Amino acid sequence: MAKNNAGQKMISGVLAALGVIFLAYALIMDFSGSGSSLRGPALIIGAVLFLIGIFTFPTIKYHKKIVNIVFLFPLLFCFAVTVIIPLCLGFFYSTTDWNGIRMTQFVGLSNYAAMFKEPGFLWSVLLTILFVVFNMVLVNVVAFCLALLCTSRIKGVGFFRAAYFLPNLIGGIVLGYVWQFVFNNVLLSFTSKAFGMNSSLLSNTPTAFMAIIVVYIWQYAGYIMLLYVTGLTQVPGDVLEASAIDGATGWQTLIHIRMPMIASTFTICTFMTLTSAFKQFDVNMALTNGTGSINFMGNYLTNGTQMLALNIYNTAITKNNYAMGQAKAVVFFILLACVSIIQVRVSNKKEVEM
Amino acid sequence: MKTKLKTSTLVILMVVAIAVTIYTLSPFFLVLINVFKNANGIVANPVGFEGMSFSQLTTNLSKVINNSNFSFWSAFGTSAVITIISLVLLALFGGMASWVISRNMAKHNTKKWAVVIYMTFIASMTIPFQVVMLPLISTFRDVGKFVGLPLLQSIPGIVFAYMGFGGAMTVFVLTGFIKGIPFALEEAASIDGCPHEGIYFRIILPMLKPPLTTVTILNGMWIWNDYLLPSLMLGQNGKVKTLPVAVQAFVGSYVKQWDLILTAALLAMIPMIILFFFAQKQIMGGMVDGAVK
Repeated sequence: MAKNNAGQKMISGVLAALGVIFLAYALIMDFSGSGSSLRGPALIIGAVLFLIGIFTFPTIKYHKKIVNIVFLFPLLFCFAVTVIIPLCLGFFYSTTDWNGIRMTQFVGLSNYAAMFKEPGFLWSVLLTILFVVFNMVLVNVVAFCLALLCTSRIKGVGFFRAAYFLPNLIGGIVLGYVWQFVFNNVLLSFTSKAFGMNSSLLSNTPTAFMAIIVVYIWQYAGYIMLLYVTGLTQVPGDVLEASAIDGATGWQTLIHIRMPMIASTFTICTFMTLTSAFKQFDVNMALTNGTGSINFMGNYLTNGTQMLALNIYNTAITKNNYAMGQAKAVVFFILLACVSIIQVRVSNKKEVEM
Repeated sequence: MKTKLKTSTLVILMVVAIAVTIYTLSPFFLVLINVFKNANGIVANPVGFEGMSFSQLTTNLSKVINNSNFSFWSAFGTSAVITIISLVLLALFGGMASWVISRNMAKHNTKKWAVVIYMTFIASMTIPFQVVMLPLISTFRDVGKFVGLPLLQSIPGIVFAYMGFGGAMTVFVLTGFIKGIPFALEEAASIDGCPHEGIYFRIILPMLKPPLTTVTILNGMWIWNDYLLPSLMLGQNGKVKTLPVAVQAFVGSYVKQWDLILTAALLAMIPMIILFFFAQKQIMGGMVDGAVK
């Protein structure tokens, strides 16, 4: 046993040492500017060898700590590199003249000042808020009605639930194009026959905006409906029985018993519709790509249906103005955080009152 | 518990339910009938059945599948590989990390670092992708250049990014579940001489099947359908494309050619619909569990 232990000690020691050598070799090449294609794989092999080495090292005293570190490391490393570092850099870059590759000077808050003088951006903010308000109300109303329908005594409830949920499975880009077809070809052929309209609903800004709302409800209501269905089926049966014995009508039971009992579901659902509507990008891009003419604050704008997420994308990627795009993204983040905190506060208060 | 309803009300409800179903499924139905037509047939009559033929479907399919902008099989393969590897790694490393975090946040033995890590993960769930996407690309480009690994335009790079973005939700769901597993189980195994890592792999991991299913479904739906991250990291016209990026690139090059665009859309939708057909209960259950927790 002791011999075996010594052997294992040596093997894991050698592995860890090899790992360190590989790591050092890779880092030296990195810093010396060597273009060797071996340095990337060497870095990975080194890190893996080192982790295996210390992981198999037979020490009773530190084993638990080592296991903790080795278990946490992969996920935390990815998380730090993809979320934390870019987030900090993002705040920093938004105060510079960054062009996506490098920055030359600080510009302070002038990116932020400039964006609030840009009518196109202000329109996007306004449009996003309108979109969020419409959807929070409409998606929840539609979804709740569908949930009531799907928990009633009609036959084939399972099929209806699956059918209503189906649109949520498909990505917004594909759905956006399918609906573009529906609006531009199918509905157009109807409206031109019935009302003599020769232009598609998508070519007129207000109707195009309504079209995005319709598509969004179509895609999202099925999912929210599932949450309401889960909430409604968890209302205890004896409460409903008691109310039935007391002579409550179906409508009274719904308003005074079932709805207050699923208050927490309402909170979750409004929160989810709010955040996801706020971040809406795919359908917006595929359906109208933000186009549409509108007169706003005395300016003629061509981004009539462009919501915030798409505005940020276009500012940075299409117009190649990275620092400005980043500053808008920071504002977007702050807006979203404020709105969701307010929403959670308000609904928690309501929940208590109910 | 269901309230009692009159037959006439039930009939009305049934009619409403069927009407909503027709409305919900009509876009899918329109795609399905129009892929059997040629471009003129679609423009002439997008809702009728005339002009449909199987030979036209095969023509459309072969045009789309062999198109260099779409290249269906390669895009499908890329999407599948990225999704599957990301899901496996997220389940593996997410489970490991969640176990360490939740066991160091136990009531009798709370460690500050575990709480800080957990809170950082939870707080990060409110961060919209837009605020990190631009620095993310430049970080990946710079780091990749520095260490000599292609992080952009490569599958490992995008898997790495998905592990970072999917980590928070994974940890959130799994930690909640592991908290409920009695600690005595681990102590017993430890007394019996089970090494610390063995406790996770032999005792905790087998019990994690339900939350891992939830996490895999939630992450899978999002990663498979994601457009923005792959389009930024892989590029619109790069060699490696996921399905949503390929659809976007294809539509961009065939404006208004609805016969081809709808065929491409159909091909992009089919894998998910087939999966839903077989795992409907799991998918719907997983989506609900993830939200309610």
